[in-house]
Amino acid sequence: MDGRDKPGHDEFIRHGPDKIMLELIVISTLNGVLYGMLLFLMASGLTVIFSMLGVLNFAHASFYMLGAFFGFQISRWFGFWPGLIVAPILAGAIGAAVERYGLRRVHKNGHVAELLFTFGLAFAIEEIVSIIWGKVPVDYRTPELLDFPAFTIFSTNYPAYKMFMLAVSVVIFLGLLVALKKTRIGLIVQAALTHPHMVAHLGHNVERIFMLVFGVGTALAAVAGVIAGPSLVTQSNMAALVGPILFVVVVVGGLGSLPGAFIASLLIGLLQTFAVSINGSLGSVFGPLGPELAQSWLSDIWNVSVAQVAPIMPYLLLVLILIFRPMGLLGTRES
Amino acid sequence: MTMLEVKDLHAYYGKSHILQGVDMQIAAGEVVSLLGRNGVGRSTTVKAIMGEVPPHGTILFKGKNIAGLPSYKIAHHGLGYVPEHRDIFPSLTVRQNLMLGVKNPRNPGKWRLDDMLDMFSNLKARADTPAGVLSGGEKQMLTICRTLMGDPELVMIDEPTEGLAPIIVQQVGDLIAEIARRGVAILLVEQKLSIAMRISHRVYVMGHGQIVFEGSPDDLKNNAAVRKEWLEV
Repeated sequence: MDGRDKPGHDEFIRHGPDKIMLELIVISTLNGVLYGMLLFLMASGLTVIFSMLGVLNFAHASFYMLGAFFGFQISRWFGFWPGLIVAPILAGAIGAAVERYGLRRVHKNGHVAELLFTFGLAFAIEEIVSIIWGKVPVDYRTPELLDFPAFTIFSTNYPAYKMFMLAVSVVIFLGLLVALKKTRIGLIVQAALTHPHMVAHLGHNVERIFMLVFGVGTALAAVAGVIAGPSLVTQSNMAALVGPILFVVVVVGGLGSLPGAFIASLLIGLLQTFAVSINGSLGSVFGPLGPELAQSWLSDIWNVSVAQVAPIMPYLLLVLILIFRPMGLLGTRES
Repeated sequence: MTMLEVKDLHAYYGKSHILQGVDMQIAAGEVVSLLGRNGVGRSTTVKAIMGEVPPHGTILFKGKNIAGLPSYKIAHHGLGYVPEHRDIFPSLTVRQNLMLGVKNPRNPGKWRLDDMLDMFSNLKARADTPAGVLSGGEKQMLTICRTLMGDPELVMIDEPTEGLAPIIVQQVGDLIAEIARRGVAILLVEQKLSIAMRISHRVYVMGHGQIVFEGSPDDLKNNAAVRKEWLEV
Protein backbone atom coordinates (compact mmCIF):
# COMPACT_ATOMS: atom_id res chain seq x y z
CA MET A 1 0.00 0.00 0.00
CA ASP A 2 2.85 2.39 0.58
CA GLY A 3 5.28 0.74 -1.78
CA ARG A 4 7.74 -0.17 0.99
CA ASP A 5 7.14 -3.88 0.58
CA LYS A 6 7.40 -3.80 -3.16
CA PRO A 7 10.01 -6.16 -4.56
CA GLY A 8 12.90 -4.19 -5.97
CA HIS A 9 15.13 -4.33 -8.99
CA ASP A 10 17.90 -6.33 -7.25
CA GLU A 11 15.53 -9.16 -6.44
CA PHE A 12 14.37 -9.12 -10.00
CA ILE A 13 17.91 -9.95 -11.10
CA ARG A 14 18.38 -12.60 -8.38
CA HIS A 15 15.11 -14.52 -8.70
CA GLY A 16 13.96 -14.00 -12.24
CA PRO A 17 10.66 -12.59 -13.52
CA ASP A 18 8.28 -15.49 -12.56
CA LYS A 19 9.06 -15.51 -8.87
CA ILE A 20 9.07 -11.74 -8.77
CA MET A 21 5.65 -11.67 -10.38
CA LEU A 22 4.31 -14.20 -7.85
CA GLU A 23 5.83 -12.26 -4.99
CA LEU A 24 4.35 -9.05 -6.29
CA ILE A 25 0.93 -10.62 -6.58
CA VAL A 26 1.01 -12.16 -3.08
CA ILE A 27 2.31 -9.05 -1.35
CA SER A 28 0.06 -6.66 -3.28
CA THR A 29 -2.98 -8.83 -2.58
CA LEU A 30 -2.22 -8.89 1.14
CA ASN A 31 -1.61 -5.14 1.20
CA GLY A 32 -4.68 -4.50 -0.93
CA VAL A 33 -6.96 -6.57 1.28
CA LEU A 34 -5.51 -4.91 4.36
CA TYR A 35 -6.01 -1.41 2.94
CA GLY A 36 -9.49 -2.44 1.82
CA MET A 37 -10.41 -3.69 5.30
CA LEU A 38 -9.18 -0.42 6.84
CA LEU A 39 -11.31 1.48 4.35
CA PHE A 40 -14.25 -0.74 5.25
CA LEU A 41 -13.85 0.00 8.97
CA MET A 42 -14.39 3.65 8.08
CA ALA A 43 -16.84 3.28 5.20
CA SER A 44 -19.17 0.95 7.13
CA GLY A 45 -19.85 3.65 9.70
CA LEU A 46 -20.15 6.37 7.07
CA THR A 47 -22.64 4.45 4.94
CA VAL A 48 -24.80 3.32 7.89
CA ILE A 49 -24.89 6.89 9.23
CA PHE A 50 -25.90 8.10 5.78
CA SER A 51 -28.71 5.52 5.52
CA MET A 52 -30.15 6.27 8.91
CA LEU A 53 -29.68 10.00 9.31
CA GLY A 54 -29.61 10.93 5.65
CA VAL A 55 -26.46 12.96 6.20
CA LEU A 56 -23.13 12.47 4.49
CA ASN A 57 -20.72 12.98 7.38
CA PHE A 58 -17.77 14.94 6.00
CA ALA A 59 -16.09 14.71 9.38
CA HIS A 60 -16.06 10.91 9.42
CA ALA A 61 -12.38 10.63 8.46
CA SER A 62 -11.58 13.12 11.22
CA PHE A 63 -12.59 10.47 13.74
CA TYR A 64 -10.12 8.12 12.07
CA MET A 65 -7.49 10.77 12.71
CA LEU A 66 -8.65 11.33 16.28
CA GLY A 67 -8.34 7.57 16.83
CA ALA A 68 -4.75 7.63 15.61
CA PHE A 69 -3.76 10.63 17.75
CA PHE A 70 -5.58 9.42 20.86
CA GLY A 71 -3.93 6.04 20.33
CA PHE A 72 -0.53 7.72 19.97
CA GLN A 73 -0.98 9.80 23.13
CA ILE A 74 -2.22 6.88 25.20
CA SER A 75 0.60 4.70 23.87
CA ARG A 76 3.03 7.30 25.20
CA TRP A 77 1.49 7.17 28.65
CA PHE A 78 0.37 3.57 29.06
CA GLY A 79 1.55 1.64 26.01
CA PHE A 80 0.00 0.58 22.71
CA TRP A 81 -2.55 -1.94 23.97
CA PRO A 82 -4.52 0.33 26.33
CA GLY A 83 -4.63 2.81 23.44
CA LEU A 84 -6.17 0.21 21.15
CA ILE A 85 -9.12 -0.09 23.54
CA VAL A 86 -9.45 3.40 25.02
CA ALA A 87 -8.86 5.58 21.93
CA PRO A 88 -11.88 4.21 19.96
CA ILE A 89 -14.08 4.52 23.06
CA LEU A 90 -13.02 8.16 23.48
CA ALA A 91 -13.51 8.97 19.80
CA GLY A 92 -16.88 7.14 19.79
CA ALA A 93 -18.01 9.13 22.84
CA ILE A 94 -17.07 12.37 21.07
CA GLY A 95 -18.94 11.11 17.97
CA ALA A 96 -22.06 10.34 20.02
CA ALA A 97 -21.87 13.78 21.64
CA VAL A 98 -21.52 15.43 18.23
CA GLU A 99 -24.73 13.69 17.11
CA ARG A 100 -26.63 14.39 20.32
CA TYR A 101 -25.71 18.04 20.85
CA GLY A 102 -24.72 19.13 17.34
CA LEU A 103 -26.24 17.27 14.42
CA ARG A 104 -29.61 16.66 16.08
CA ARG A 105 -30.11 20.40 16.55
CA VAL A 106 -28.77 21.29 13.12
CA HIS A 107 -31.01 18.59 11.58
CA LYS A 108 -34.07 20.82 12.08
CA ASN A 109 -32.62 23.23 9.52
CA GLY A 110 -32.31 20.67 6.75
CA HIS A 111 -29.66 18.66 4.99
CA VAL A 112 -27.61 21.58 3.68
CA ALA A 113 -27.11 22.83 7.22
CA GLU A 114 -26.11 19.34 8.33
CA LEU A 115 -23.63 19.01 5.49
CA LEU A 116 -22.07 22.38 6.30
CA PHE A 117 -21.96 21.44 9.98
CA THR A 118 -19.96 18.25 9.33
CA PHE A 119 -17.78 20.12 6.83
CA GLY A 120 -16.92 22.74 9.45
CA LEU A 121 -16.39 20.07 12.07
CA ALA A 122 -13.78 18.36 9.87
CA PHE A 123 -11.78 21.60 9.63
CA ALA A 124 -12.19 22.29 13.35
CA ILE A 125 -10.89 18.83 14.29
CA GLU A 126 -7.93 19.17 11.93
CA GLU A 127 -6.99 22.54 13.41
CA ILE A 128 -7.36 21.32 16.99
CA VAL A 129 -5.19 18.30 16.23
CA SER A 130 -2.46 20.46 14.69
CA ILE A 131 -2.57 22.86 17.65
CA ILE A 132 -2.11 20.01 20.13
CA TRP A 133 0.23 17.67 18.23
CA GLY A 134 1.70 19.96 15.58
CA LYS A 135 1.79 19.58 11.82
CA VAL A 136 4.73 17.18 11.51
CA PRO A 137 4.20 13.42 11.79
CA VAL A 138 4.30 12.05 15.34
CA ASP A 139 6.41 9.06 16.32
CA TYR A 140 3.67 6.44 16.72
CA ARG A 141 5.45 3.09 16.85
CA THR A 142 4.31 -0.46 16.38
CA PRO A 143 4.31 -2.35 19.70
CA GLU A 144 7.49 -4.34 20.34
CA LEU A 145 5.46 -7.49 20.69
CA LEU A 146 4.60 -7.29 16.99
CA ASP A 147 7.84 -5.80 15.71
CA PHE A 148 9.09 -8.79 13.74
CA PRO A 149 8.55 -10.25 10.28
CA ALA A 150 5.54 -12.59 10.20
CA PHE A 151 6.91 -14.48 7.21
CA THR A 152 9.36 -14.08 4.41
CA ILE A 153 8.22 -14.62 0.89
CA PHE A 154 11.15 -14.96 -1.50
CA SER A 155 13.07 -11.97 -0.22
CA THR A 156 10.36 -9.70 1.21
CA ASN A 157 9.74 -9.66 4.96
CA TYR A 158 6.07 -9.18 5.68
CA PRO A 159 5.67 -7.40 9.04
CA ALA A 160 3.71 -9.16 11.77
CA TYR A 161 2.05 -5.84 12.60
CA LYS A 162 0.33 -5.81 9.23
CA MET A 163 -1.02 -9.30 9.85
CA PHE A 164 -2.26 -8.01 13.19
CA MET A 165 -4.02 -5.09 11.46
CA LEU A 166 -5.65 -7.53 9.10
CA ALA A 167 -6.76 -9.77 11.99
CA VAL A 168 -8.25 -6.83 13.94
CA SER A 169 -10.17 -5.65 10.86
CA VAL A 170 -11.52 -9.12 10.13
CA VAL A 171 -12.55 -9.71 13.76
CA ILE A 172 -14.37 -6.36 13.89
CA PHE A 173 -16.01 -7.04 10.54
CA LEU A 174 -17.31 -10.41 11.81
CA GLY A 175 -18.40 -8.84 15.11
CA LEU A 176 -20.31 -6.15 13.24
CA LEU A 177 -21.98 -8.77 11.05
CA VAL A 178 -23.11 -10.85 14.05
CA ALA A 179 -24.30 -7.75 15.94
CA LEU A 180 -26.34 -6.57 12.95
CA LYS A 181 -27.82 -9.93 11.98
CA LYS A 182 -28.32 -11.68 15.30
CA THR A 183 -29.05 -9.13 18.01
CA ARG A 184 -32.30 -7.28 18.61
CA ILE A 185 -30.59 -3.91 18.47
CA GLY A 186 -29.00 -4.94 15.18
CA LEU A 187 -32.42 -5.77 13.76
CA ILE A 188 -33.75 -2.40 14.93
CA VAL A 189 -30.81 -0.68 13.21
CA GLN A 190 -31.49 -2.62 9.99
CA ALA A 191 -35.16 -1.70 10.16
CA ALA A 192 -34.34 1.96 10.82
CA LEU A 193 -32.12 2.01 7.72
CA THR A 194 -35.20 1.91 5.54
CA HIS A 195 -38.11 3.05 7.75
CA PRO A 196 -37.01 5.14 10.75
CA HIS A 197 -40.53 6.54 11.32
CA MET A 198 -42.09 3.10 11.41
CA VAL A 199 -39.50 1.92 13.92
CA ALA A 200 -40.45 4.83 16.18
CA HIS A 201 -44.16 4.04 15.80
CA LEU A 202 -43.41 0.54 17.10
CA GLY A 203 -42.09 2.07 20.31
CA HIS A 204 -38.33 2.12 19.71
CA ASN A 205 -36.38 5.24 20.60
CA VAL A 206 -34.93 5.99 17.18
CA GLU A 207 -33.03 9.09 18.31
CA ARG A 208 -31.12 7.04 20.86
CA ILE A 209 -30.39 4.46 18.17
CA PHE A 210 -29.09 7.24 15.88
CA MET A 211 -26.76 8.40 18.62
CA LEU A 212 -25.57 4.86 19.23
CA VAL A 213 -24.97 4.26 15.52
CA PHE A 214 -23.06 7.53 15.23
CA GLY A 215 -20.98 6.62 18.27
CA VAL A 216 -20.23 3.09 17.05
CA GLY A 217 -19.57 4.30 13.49
CA THR A 218 -17.06 6.91 14.61
CA ALA A 219 -15.49 4.42 17.06
CA LEU A 220 -14.94 2.00 14.17
CA ALA A 221 -13.23 4.76 12.18
CA ALA A 222 -11.08 5.40 15.27
CA VAL A 223 -10.12 1.71 15.46
CA ALA A 224 -8.88 2.03 11.89
CA GLY A 225 -6.90 5.09 12.97
CA VAL A 226 -5.33 3.39 15.99
CA ILE A 227 -4.16 0.36 14.04
CA ALA A 228 -3.17 2.26 10.90
CA GLY A 229 -1.38 5.04 12.82
CA PRO A 230 1.89 3.17 13.51
CA SER A 231 2.00 1.59 10.06
CA LEU A 232 1.12 4.65 7.97
CA VAL A 233 1.87 8.22 8.97
CA THR A 234 0.10 9.82 11.94
CA GLN A 235 -0.16 13.44 10.95
CA SER A 236 -2.73 16.22 11.11
CA ASN A 237 -3.51 15.93 7.39
CA MET A 238 -4.31 12.21 7.50
CA ALA A 239 -8.06 12.80 7.58
CA ALA A 240 -7.88 14.98 4.48
CA LEU A 241 -5.87 12.27 2.71
CA VAL A 242 -8.27 9.42 3.35
CA GLY A 243 -11.57 11.35 3.40
CA PRO A 244 -12.08 11.64 -0.37
CA ILE A 245 -11.30 7.93 -0.88
CA LEU A 246 -13.99 7.10 1.69
CA PHE A 247 -16.59 8.96 -0.33
CA VAL A 248 -15.47 7.07 -3.41
CA VAL A 249 -15.99 3.80 -1.48
CA VAL A 250 -19.52 4.60 -0.33
CA VAL A 251 -20.59 5.98 -3.70
CA VAL A 252 -19.10 3.06 -5.65
CA GLY A 253 -20.60 0.55 -3.20
CA GLY A 254 -23.97 2.29 -3.21
CA LEU A 255 -24.95 4.86 -0.59
CA GLY A 256 -26.36 3.07 2.42
CA SER A 257 -25.36 -0.44 1.40
CA LEU A 258 -23.08 -2.28 3.85
CA PRO A 259 -22.31 -5.21 1.52
CA GLY A 260 -21.69 -2.64 -1.22
CA ALA A 261 -19.26 -0.75 1.03
CA PHE A 262 -17.45 -4.02 1.78
CA ILE A 263 -17.02 -4.93 -1.88
CA ALA A 264 -16.05 -1.39 -2.87
CA SER A 265 -13.52 -1.15 -0.02
CA LEU A 266 -11.74 -4.31 -1.16
CA LEU A 267 -12.01 -3.29 -4.81
CA ILE A 268 -10.43 0.10 -4.21
CA GLY A 269 -7.87 -1.31 -1.78
CA LEU A 270 -6.72 -3.86 -4.36
CA LEU A 271 -6.97 -1.46 -7.29
CA GLN A 272 -4.74 1.12 -5.67
CA THR A 273 -2.24 -1.35 -4.28
CA PHE A 274 -1.80 -3.17 -7.57
CA ALA A 275 -1.65 0.07 -9.51
CA VAL A 276 1.26 1.45 -7.45
CA SER A 277 3.27 -1.72 -8.05
CA ILE A 278 2.88 -1.77 -11.82
CA ASN A 279 5.59 0.14 -13.65
CA GLY A 280 4.20 -0.46 -17.12
CA SER A 281 2.82 2.35 -19.26
CA LEU A 282 0.71 2.45 -22.41
CA GLY A 283 3.94 2.91 -24.28
CA SER A 284 5.55 -0.22 -22.87
CA VAL A 285 2.53 -2.38 -23.72
CA PHE A 286 1.51 -0.94 -27.08
CA GLY A 287 4.81 0.74 -27.96
CA PRO A 288 5.68 -1.47 -30.94
CA LEU A 289 2.25 -0.77 -32.47
CA GLY A 290 2.71 2.96 -32.58
CA PRO A 291 6.28 4.11 -31.97
CA GLU A 292 5.51 7.54 -33.44
CA LEU A 293 3.09 8.26 -30.55
CA ALA A 294 5.97 8.49 -28.09
CA GLN A 295 7.10 11.64 -29.86
CA SER A 296 3.67 13.16 -30.48
CA TRP A 297 1.63 15.50 -28.25
CA LEU A 298 0.27 12.32 -26.63
CA SER A 299 3.71 11.41 -25.30
CA ASP A 300 2.87 12.33 -21.70
CA ILE A 301 -0.10 9.99 -21.59
CA TRP A 302 1.80 7.39 -23.62
CA ASN A 303 4.78 7.21 -21.29
CA VAL A 304 3.26 7.76 -17.86
CA SER A 305 3.42 4.55 -15.75
CA VAL A 306 0.40 2.97 -14.09
CA ALA A 307 2.09 3.53 -10.73
CA GLN A 308 2.19 7.25 -11.40
CA VAL A 309 -1.54 7.48 -12.07
CA ALA A 310 -2.47 5.10 -9.22
CA PRO A 311 -3.74 7.89 -6.94
CA ILE A 312 -6.36 8.99 -9.47
CA MET A 313 -7.64 5.46 -10.18
CA PRO A 314 -10.32 5.50 -7.45
CA TYR A 315 -11.66 8.83 -8.73
CA LEU A 316 -11.69 7.51 -12.28
CA LEU A 317 -13.74 4.58 -10.99
CA LEU A 318 -16.03 7.05 -9.20
CA VAL A 319 -16.66 8.97 -12.41
CA LEU A 320 -17.36 5.78 -14.38
CA ILE A 321 -19.75 4.50 -11.70
CA LEU A 322 -21.62 7.81 -11.58
CA ILE A 323 -22.05 7.73 -15.35
CA PHE A 324 -22.99 4.09 -15.81
CA ARG A 325 -24.48 3.00 -12.48
CA PRO A 326 -25.38 6.08 -10.41
CA MET A 327 -26.88 4.04 -7.55
CA GLY A 328 -23.54 2.26 -7.02
CA LEU A 329 -22.73 -1.44 -7.21
CA LEU A 330 -25.30 -2.60 -4.64
CA GLY A 331 -27.20 0.58 -3.84
CA THR A 332 -30.93 0.88 -4.22
CA ARG A 333 -31.44 4.62 -4.19
CA GLU A 334 -30.38 7.03 -6.89
CA SER A 335 -29.70 10.11 -4.80
CA MET B 1 -64.73 5.03 29.28
CA THR B 2 -63.20 7.43 26.77
CA MET B 3 -59.81 6.14 25.68
CA LEU B 4 -58.82 8.75 23.11
CA GLU B 5 -60.13 12.28 23.09
CA VAL B 6 -59.03 14.77 20.43
CA LYS B 7 -59.98 18.40 21.03
CA ASP B 8 -59.60 21.25 18.54
CA LEU B 9 -56.70 19.60 16.71
CA HIS B 10 -54.89 21.69 14.10
CA ALA B 11 -51.98 20.69 11.88
CA TYR B 12 -49.97 22.37 9.14
CA TYR B 13 -47.81 21.30 6.21
CA GLY B 14 -45.65 24.33 5.69
CA LYS B 15 -48.17 27.16 5.30
CA SER B 16 -51.14 24.96 4.40
CA HIS B 17 -53.60 24.63 7.26
CA ILE B 18 -54.57 20.95 6.90
CA LEU B 19 -56.45 20.16 10.11
CA GLN B 20 -58.78 22.97 11.16
CA GLY B 21 -60.07 21.94 14.57
CA VAL B 22 -60.77 18.20 14.62
CA ASP B 23 -62.79 16.85 17.57
CA MET B 24 -63.31 13.14 18.17
CA GLN B 25 -63.55 10.51 20.89
CA ILE B 26 -63.00 6.76 20.94
CA ALA B 27 -64.06 4.58 23.86
CA ALA B 28 -62.22 1.48 25.08
CA GLY B 29 -62.93 -1.48 22.80
CA GLU B 30 -64.83 0.67 20.31
CA VAL B 31 -64.42 0.37 16.53
CA VAL B 32 -64.57 3.79 14.88
CA SER B 33 -64.07 4.64 11.22
CA LEU B 34 -62.80 7.93 9.88
CA LEU B 35 -64.17 8.39 6.37
CA GLY B 36 -63.82 11.03 3.70
CA ARG B 37 -62.42 11.76 0.28
CA ASN B 38 -58.71 11.95 -0.53
CA GLY B 39 -56.96 15.02 0.80
CA VAL B 40 -59.46 16.02 3.49
CA GLY B 41 -56.97 15.31 6.31
CA ARG B 42 -57.83 11.78 7.49
CA SER B 43 -54.25 10.50 7.34
CA THR B 44 -52.94 13.77 8.74
CA THR B 45 -55.27 13.33 11.73
CA VAL B 46 -53.72 9.99 12.68
CA LYS B 47 -50.23 11.26 11.90
CA ALA B 48 -50.79 14.24 14.19
CA ILE B 49 -52.09 11.96 16.96
CA MET B 50 -48.99 9.77 16.52
CA GLY B 51 -46.62 12.75 16.55
CA GLU B 52 -45.41 12.33 12.96
CA VAL B 53 -46.93 15.70 12.04
CA PRO B 54 -46.61 18.39 14.77
CA PRO B 55 -50.05 18.64 16.45
CA HIS B 56 -51.61 21.86 17.77
CA GLY B 57 -54.43 21.15 20.21
CA THR B 58 -55.23 18.59 22.88
CA ILE B 59 -54.88 14.83 22.46
CA LEU B 60 -55.82 12.94 25.60
CA PHE B 61 -55.02 9.23 25.70
CA LYS B 62 -56.30 7.51 28.85
CA GLY B 63 -56.51 10.97 30.39
CA LYS B 64 -52.91 12.03 29.61
CA ASN B 65 -52.08 14.72 27.07
CA ILE B 66 -49.84 13.07 24.50
CA ALA B 67 -49.83 15.94 21.99
CA GLY B 68 -46.26 16.66 20.91
CA LEU B 69 -44.63 13.64 22.59
CA PRO B 70 -42.12 11.69 20.46
CA SER B 71 -43.71 8.79 18.56
CA TYR B 72 -41.99 6.04 20.53
CA LYS B 73 -43.35 7.41 23.82
CA ILE B 74 -46.86 7.59 22.39
CA ALA B 75 -46.48 3.96 21.32
CA HIS B 76 -45.44 3.03 24.86
CA HIS B 77 -48.63 4.64 26.21
CA GLY B 78 -50.52 1.93 24.30
CA LEU B 79 -51.32 3.49 20.94
CA GLY B 80 -50.59 1.40 17.86
CA TYR B 81 -50.33 2.81 14.34
CA VAL B 82 -50.38 1.00 11.00
CA PRO B 83 -49.45 3.56 8.33
CA GLU B 84 -50.93 3.43 4.85
CA HIS B 85 -47.76 2.52 2.96
CA ARG B 86 -47.28 -0.96 4.44
CA ASP B 87 -43.88 -0.06 5.78
CA ILE B 88 -42.54 -3.55 6.26
CA PHE B 89 -38.80 -3.93 6.79
CA PRO B 90 -37.95 -5.63 3.49
CA SER B 91 -34.54 -7.09 4.36
CA LEU B 92 -35.77 -8.69 7.59
CA THR B 93 -37.70 -11.95 7.68
CA VAL B 94 -41.42 -12.10 8.47
CA ARG B 95 -40.55 -13.46 11.93
CA GLN B 96 -38.02 -10.65 12.58
CA ASN B 97 -40.57 -8.05 11.44
CA LEU B 98 -43.05 -9.40 13.96
CA MET B 99 -40.42 -9.56 16.72
CA LEU B 100 -39.66 -5.86 16.24
CA GLY B 101 -43.28 -5.09 17.04
CA VAL B 102 -42.64 -6.26 20.61
CA LYS B 103 -41.76 -3.23 22.72
CA ASN B 104 -40.39 -5.11 25.69
CA PRO B 105 -39.16 -8.66 25.01
CA ARG B 106 -39.26 -9.50 28.74
CA ASN B 107 -42.91 -8.55 29.00
CA PRO B 108 -44.72 -9.50 25.78
CA GLY B 109 -48.45 -8.83 25.53
CA LYS B 110 -51.47 -10.92 24.71
CA TRP B 111 -50.53 -11.39 21.05
CA ARG B 112 -47.87 -14.08 20.69
CA LEU B 113 -45.74 -14.82 17.66
CA ASP B 114 -47.06 -18.37 17.34
CA ASP B 115 -50.68 -17.15 17.64
CA MET B 116 -50.07 -14.70 14.89
CA LEU B 117 -48.47 -17.23 12.58
CA ASP B 118 -51.23 -19.76 13.31
CA MET B 119 -53.86 -17.19 12.38
CA PHE B 120 -52.26 -16.60 8.98
CA SER B 121 -51.05 -19.71 7.22
CA ASN B 122 -49.50 -17.52 4.50
CA LEU B 123 -47.26 -15.75 6.99
CA LYS B 124 -46.41 -19.02 8.72
CA ALA B 125 -45.27 -20.62 5.48
CA ARG B 126 -43.00 -17.63 4.85
CA ALA B 127 -41.90 -16.94 8.42
CA ASP B 128 -38.23 -17.13 7.55
CA THR B 129 -38.22 -15.44 4.14
CA PRO B 130 -37.41 -11.76 3.71
CA ALA B 131 -40.61 -9.73 4.03
CA GLY B 132 -39.77 -7.80 0.87
CA VAL B 133 -40.98 -10.69 -1.31
CA LEU B 134 -44.50 -10.86 0.18
CA SER B 135 -47.57 -9.91 -1.86
CA GLY B 136 -49.42 -6.66 -1.13
CA GLY B 137 -52.07 -8.40 0.93
CA GLU B 138 -49.52 -10.37 2.94
CA LYS B 139 -47.56 -7.19 3.62
CA GLN B 140 -50.73 -5.55 4.90
CA MET B 141 -51.45 -8.49 7.22
CA LEU B 142 -47.84 -8.38 8.42
CA THR B 143 -47.91 -4.65 9.24
CA ILE B 144 -51.13 -5.02 11.21
CA CYS B 145 -49.85 -8.11 13.05
CA ARG B 146 -46.52 -6.40 13.77
CA THR B 147 -48.26 -3.46 15.44
CA LEU B 148 -50.42 -5.88 17.46
CA MET B 149 -47.27 -7.56 18.80
CA GLY B 150 -46.72 -4.34 20.77
CA ASP B 151 -50.00 -5.02 22.61
CA PRO B 152 -51.74 -1.70 21.87
CA GLU B 153 -55.05 -0.78 23.55
CA LEU B 154 -56.04 1.32 20.55
CA VAL B 155 -54.77 0.71 17.05
CA MET B 156 -55.10 3.24 14.24
CA ILE B 157 -55.08 1.62 10.80
CA ASP B 158 -54.68 3.86 7.75
CA GLU B 159 -56.24 2.64 4.46
CA PRO B 160 -55.59 -1.08 4.97
CA THR B 161 -57.48 -2.19 1.87
CA GLU B 162 -56.11 0.27 -0.65
CA GLY B 163 -55.03 -1.48 -3.83
CA LEU B 164 -55.94 -4.98 -2.63
CA ALA B 165 -57.99 -7.63 -4.47
CA PRO B 166 -61.56 -8.11 -3.18
CA ILE B 167 -60.78 -11.51 -1.64
CA ILE B 168 -57.85 -10.00 0.31
CA VAL B 169 -60.01 -7.05 1.35
CA GLN B 170 -62.35 -9.62 2.91
CA GLN B 171 -59.44 -11.21 4.84
CA VAL B 172 -58.20 -7.84 6.10
CA GLY B 173 -61.77 -7.10 7.23
CA ASP B 174 -61.88 -10.41 9.12
CA LEU B 175 -58.56 -9.62 10.83
CA ILE B 176 -59.81 -6.20 11.94
CA ALA B 177 -63.00 -7.82 13.27
CA GLU B 178 -60.84 -10.32 15.19
CA ILE B 179 -58.77 -7.50 16.72
CA ALA B 180 -62.00 -5.83 17.87
CA ARG B 181 -63.31 -9.17 19.26
CA ARG B 182 -60.21 -9.35 21.47
CA GLY B 183 -61.14 -6.01 23.01
CA VAL B 184 -58.71 -3.68 21.23
CA ALA B 185 -60.19 -0.31 20.22
CA ILE B 186 -59.76 0.55 16.53
CA LEU B 187 -59.65 3.76 14.56
CA LEU B 188 -59.98 2.76 10.93
CA VAL B 189 -59.16 5.33 8.24
CA GLU B 190 -60.94 4.36 5.03
CA GLN B 191 -62.15 5.70 1.76
CA LYS B 192 -64.29 2.69 0.88
CA LEU B 193 -67.45 2.27 2.89
CA SER B 194 -67.77 -1.54 2.69
CA ILE B 195 -65.52 -2.68 5.56
CA ALA B 196 -66.11 0.42 7.64
CA MET B 197 -69.90 -0.05 7.53
CA ARG B 198 -69.59 -3.77 8.32
CA ILE B 199 -67.46 -3.57 11.46
CA SER B 200 -67.74 -0.05 12.90
CA HIS B 201 -69.72 0.95 15.95
CA ARG B 202 -69.48 4.58 14.97
CA VAL B 203 -68.28 6.59 11.98
CA TYR B 204 -66.85 10.08 11.52
CA VAL B 205 -66.87 11.78 8.13
CA MET B 206 -64.22 14.41 7.42
CA GLY B 207 -64.31 17.32 4.99
CA HIS B 208 -61.95 20.28 4.62
CA GLY B 209 -59.92 19.43 7.73
CA GLN B 210 -62.91 19.13 10.05
CA ILE B 211 -65.38 16.49 11.22
CA VAL B 212 -68.60 17.08 9.25
CA PHE B 213 -70.63 14.08 10.40
CA GLU B 214 -70.72 11.74 13.38
CA GLY B 215 -73.10 8.80 13.89
CA SER B 216 -73.71 5.07 13.58
CA PRO B 217 -73.19 3.26 10.28
CA ASP B 218 -76.99 3.12 9.95
CA ASP B 219 -77.24 6.89 10.44
CA LEU B 220 -74.80 7.37 7.60
CA LYS B 221 -76.60 4.86 5.41
CA ASN B 222 -79.82 6.81 5.87
CA ASN B 223 -78.25 10.21 5.31
CA ALA B 224 -78.00 10.53 1.55
CA ALA B 225 -77.12 14.22 1.73
CA VAL B 226 -73.93 13.67 3.75
CA ARG B 227 -72.89 10.75 1.56
CA LYS B 228 -73.44 12.77 -1.59
CA GLU B 229 -71.66 15.88 -0.37
CA TRP B 230 -68.66 14.34 1.44
CA LEU B 231 -68.14 10.76 0.30
CA GLU B 232 -69.37 9.90 -3.16
CA VAL B 233 -67.15 10.72 -6.08
